Amino acid sequence: MLVITVLVFSMQVLLPGDPVDMMTLGQPIDQATKEGLRRELGLDRPVHEQYVAYLGGLLRGDLGRSVRTRRPVSEEIVERYPNTLRLAGAGMLVAVVLGVATGVLAAVYRDTLVDLGVSVLSTLGLSVPAFWLGLLLIFQFGVHWQWFPVMGYDSWRHLVLPAVTLGLILSAAIARMVRSSLLDVLRLDYVRTARAKGLAASVVLWRHAMSNALLPVITVIGLQAGALLGGAFIIEVVFAFPGIGELAIKAIQFRDFPLIQGVTLVVAVTTVVLNLVVDVLYGVVNPQVQFR
Amino acid sequence: MPARGSGTLRRLARAPSFWLGGALVAALVLVAAFGPLLVAGDPYTMSVRERLLPPSETNWLGTDEFGRDVFTRLVHGSRLTLQIGFVSVGIALVVGGLMGVVSGFVGGWFDVLVMGFVDVLLAFPAILLALAIIAVMGPGLTNTMIAVGIASVPGFARVVRAATLDVRERVYVEAARALGGSSVHIMFRHIGRNIVSPLLVLVTLQFPVALLSSAALGFVGLGAQPPEPEWGAMLVAARDYLRRAPWLVNAPGIAIVLTVLGFNLLGNALRDAFDPTQRNA
Repeated sequence: MLVITVLVFSMQVLLPGDPVDMMTLGQPIDQATKEGLRRELGLDRPVHEQYVAYLGGLLRGDLGRSVRTRRPVSEEIVERYPNTLRLAGAGMLVAVVLGVATGVLAAVYRDTLVDLGVSVLSTLGLSVPAFWLGLLLIFQFGVHWQWFPVMGYDSWRHLVLPAVTLGLILSAAIARMVRSSLLDVLRLDYVRTARAKGLAASVVLWRHAMSNALLPVITVIGLQAGALLGGAFIIEVVFAFPGIGELAIKAIQFRDFPLIQGVTLVVAVTTVVLNLVVDVLYGVVNPQVQFR
Repeated sequence: MPARGSGTLRRLARAPSFWLGGALVAALVLVAAFGPLLVAGDPYTMSVRERLLPPSETNWLGTDEFGRDVFTRLVHGSRLTLQIGFVSVGIALVVGGLMGVVSGFVGGWFDVLVMGFVDVLLAFPAILLALAIIAVMGPGLTNTMIAVGIASVPGFARVVRAATLDVRERVYVEAARALGGSSVHIMFRHIGRNIVSPLLVLVTLQFPVALLSSAALGFVGLGAQPPEPEWGAMLVAARDYLRRAPWLVNAPGIAIVLTVLGFNLLGNALRDAFDPTQRNA
């Protein structure tokens, strides 16, 4: 965690040029005012002092103020964070449902047209840029047929298109994993034993095979959680969805450093927590895993 | 790690994805190399009179919001695409590769330290890393290439280190040492030769990731700046004029998809050919 704060803080230190100069780009401000601004932001103090002050602020929950809107960074983040979470959650839901369903189909009907179709679709799915897919969906469903709204977030309907965009791409990866893992399991001896015992094929499939096949799938889902977050950022911009992704990108575009730092911190923490959760989950699901 | 042998080439030739992927990649290279020379007109000339024209005889893919011919821009953009891919993957390869080899070979606390750092970076989605780096460096084409390259370094470092460790175990390294070769000499000669296959796969598969990331950055205006005909940036206008000019969305998007698809197929085919024990996904 500490490493992360160091990294985030170093972002500000590393940037070429003076932060105040960048923030006031294009505005007629004289040197004296700039100096005042610097002093106010504490930029004239030595680096390690600034870092300590930064940490202190963090502990108090103070992430500074956005240069653009003058509102506290923490407020901006808190406003949008749940939206992004909901979007990511919805996207993951779509991805898992779609991915598992198609993966199972492909495995069960192996080497048939269904399998080939799924294969082709999933390869395509992994090759498509998310924002393009988003644009296509916007056009088809938003503009042409007018089924769903395309901007902002005023109702659950607004979630559909962006979540589907996210989910489609992710489901490609999941489908592949499900198919290959299911195929692996179906070959194992104990499955054949179960079949030989005369159990109906569907029972064999669902009870025995699935539970074991799901293991690597969960790993993949966990790994993809990070990609989900990254994808959500871009998708939010495409759909003008008010989440932290859109916030972050606007911040970068406007060189709004306190905001950038704040969002980076939050995202970093989220990723770490996410990874931890996945590790724990994996340990729970697979009783053979030992904790390091 | 199975070295390249005759069996590998045979497997490669049998895989349809190899041919399809290879064809797409070859097409891209040809277009990038010769396209701009053969296509008349230039991607930067604006013409207010000809704004937003749908595809026609003169403008095969229509014109954009500044009256520029989309097809021409697409063709010129292919050069940028290749450039971006090469530079970012190149950076990742050199930096990550060096890190991996040194770390794997030296071992000890150095290895632990470096890999610990790499793992922290690896936990983050690549796009976010690139985004963060761009935030510090500012937008632009070169910065994008550097940012995406750096973001890809952890992946390369890991793979190269694994391969290094694997080779280090091999007996013949001991033998070479016994014969008196110096450490550095051993490192580069023997380890280098055996890293080629996994590295080739990684490079081929990382190319599209780099492309998608830089296109995404271009889309949010943080990558290549206008008037550069970068395919991602071209989609920005498509969004604003979606209603009036839907054809603007298709061209760059399909171009990206085909390119990425080509590399993905190629990479998959290479991976399956080199290591047949991997289940066919």
